[in-house]
Amino acid sequence: MKIVMAKPGLDGHDRGAKVIARALRDGGHEVVYTGLRRTPEEISRIVMDEDATALGLSTLSGAHDVLVPRICELLRESGMGHVMVFLGGIIPERDHGKMFLEGVRAIFGPGSKTEDILAFLEKSESRIEKNLPIGVFNDDGWHWN
Amino acid sequence: MTWKEKLLQSALEGSRRDLSRLLTMIEKGEELAMSKGEENHDYMILGITGPPGVGKSTLVGRIISYWKDRGKKVAVLAIDPSSPRTGGALLGDRVRMDSANSGEGVFVRSLSTRGNPGGISASLMAMSKLLASCGWEKIIIETVGSGQSEIKIVAFADKIVLVDGPDRGDIIQAEKAGIIELADLVVVNKSDVPSALKVAENIRSAFSFSNENDSPEVLLVSAERNDGIEEMMQLIQSSESPLWRSRIKIRERLLSLWDHRLMSSPMLNQVIDDIETGSISLEDGLDILSGWKNE
Ligand code: B12
Ligand SMILES: Nc1nc2c(ncn2[C@@H]2O[C@H](COP(=O)(O)OP(=O)(O)OP(=O)(O)O)[C@@H](O)[C@H]2O)c(=O)[nH]1
Ligand SMILES: [Mg+2]
Repeated sequence: MKIVMAKPGLDGHDRGAKVIARALRDGGHEVVYTGLRRTPEEISRIVMDEDATALGLSTLSGAHDVLVPRICELLRESGMGHVMVFLGGIIPERDHGKMFLEGVRAIFGPGSKTEDILAFLEKSESRIEKNLPIGVFNDDGWHWN
Repeated sequence: MTWKEKLLQSALEGSRRDLSRLLTMIEKGEELAMSKGEENHDYMILGITGPPGVGKSTLVGRIISYWKDRGKKVAVLAIDPSSPRTGGALLGDRVRMDSANSGEGVFVRSLSTRGNPGGISASLMAMSKLLASCGWEKIIIETVGSGQSEIKIVAFADKIVLVDGPDRGDIIQAEKAGIIELADLVVVNKSDVPSALKVAENIRSAFSFSNENDSPEVLLVSAERNDGIEEMMQLIQSSESPLWRSRIKIRERLLSLWDHRLMSSPMLNQVIDDIETGSISLEDGLDILSGWKNE
């Protein structure tokens, strides 16, 4: 799967994003890493230019509740509602419901296992094959965790 | 109109989204029927190549800014190797190109070497052509390579810049392999690191042994400090490729297309099976594959 791994906003914690980017590569995926401090607009354009299937967002600063909805909205607006969005970093339990409503399909917090993330991506691929919704646009409410 | 034709028309009319989708189709080995006259404006394909970590992406970032400031539309194709074992790839070139995010006039696509049934060289040729047709005036291609690379940048770039860095000296290896004479310019990056000077000197003296007086210029720059970039751009624009190089280019293009044709033949797996079992010879296999033509 072609995956863009992005760090939105001013958050400077990039260890997790780098670790996951490498783990996904080793799992056979094609990962484009954006580097730190990308705006929602930049991220949406990167996903478009790369024609990525999925977008992984890593945030540890607590700004996910503003940034994630904005990014999902931009994807929908620019004809990229088919893109699958998943999250990692520090996302408090109480925000998970809101993130899923935005169209996010999975959330992986500290201590997440690579096998689990890869299993999620495999499941997503099988949903794509079966023409089941996976993107931020056509939400049937399915999410991984 | 077929779906593919619609996509192409929309991309030609400026849809970034559809251009991007078409690039993916080319990457997967599909061919686009584009008529010849569609690249109806001036464009240039600049190849940036050199060993890993010498600062190619940082340099590309500077080149993007340079052209963007002069009102040019700049597209970048950045290629990173994929793991032959897992097929996965980490495409990190964008991280070093801040200017890649500077708006509508810059398009950056990261590519891995896998998933190109016909070889990445043929894909790159087709992608550049598509970008040019869609109005992108400067097309930069970043590839890792120091001579041994299977990506034949000569096949599709109008100008080639070979980048080296301190403590590398890989270009001396390239010189032995006869690749260096294809470069229009040799750039030694990281001039802020003292040992870069030595590398530049070594390369210059290696050139002075060859009789050709058309060996490329050797320039020291620092991409990080934005030093020497103006001069580099002027040299890139003013350098004239000697005539003999255009013959080499045509030869490389033929080779790339030849590779592409063989590798995308529907007979490929059958032929490999038959050679394996010994029922046909290598020569027979080649004859079968080359007889096939993609319509
Ligand atoms: C190391 C660290 C730093 C380092 C960061 C170095 C770097 N380059 O990354 C430094 C010292 C610079 C730093 C600075 C700050 N930090 Co700090 N930092 C941490 C710390 C201790 C560990 C983070 C870490 O690297 N973990 C290791 C990695 C591998 O784990 P991870 O990022 O969580 O990633 C895992 C999962 O989350 C998931 N994952 C992550 N991203 C993604 C993405 C996808 C797509 C997927 C699938 C999975 C995934 O997979 C990974 C593996 O399991 C955390 C506390 C903690 N225990 O989390 C605080 C923490 C994140 N920092 C915090 C704060 C407040 C700061 C500062 C503002 C000031 C301060 N108090 O120190 C500054 C801000 C810096 C900035 N510009 O943003 C707070 C954030 C509070 C909040 N969210 O409300 C935390 C939670 C500490 C705390 N409890 O207060 N920090
Ligand atoms: N000192 C110094 N470091 C530089 C300069 N240009 C780039 N670098 C650093 O060199 C490292 C590699 O830079 P990149 O631009 O990623 O190099 P690259 O050739 O594109 O690397 P690959 O794509 O991995 O082959 C980074 O840490 C840069 O910050 C420079 O002019 N001076
Ligand atoms: Mg690079």
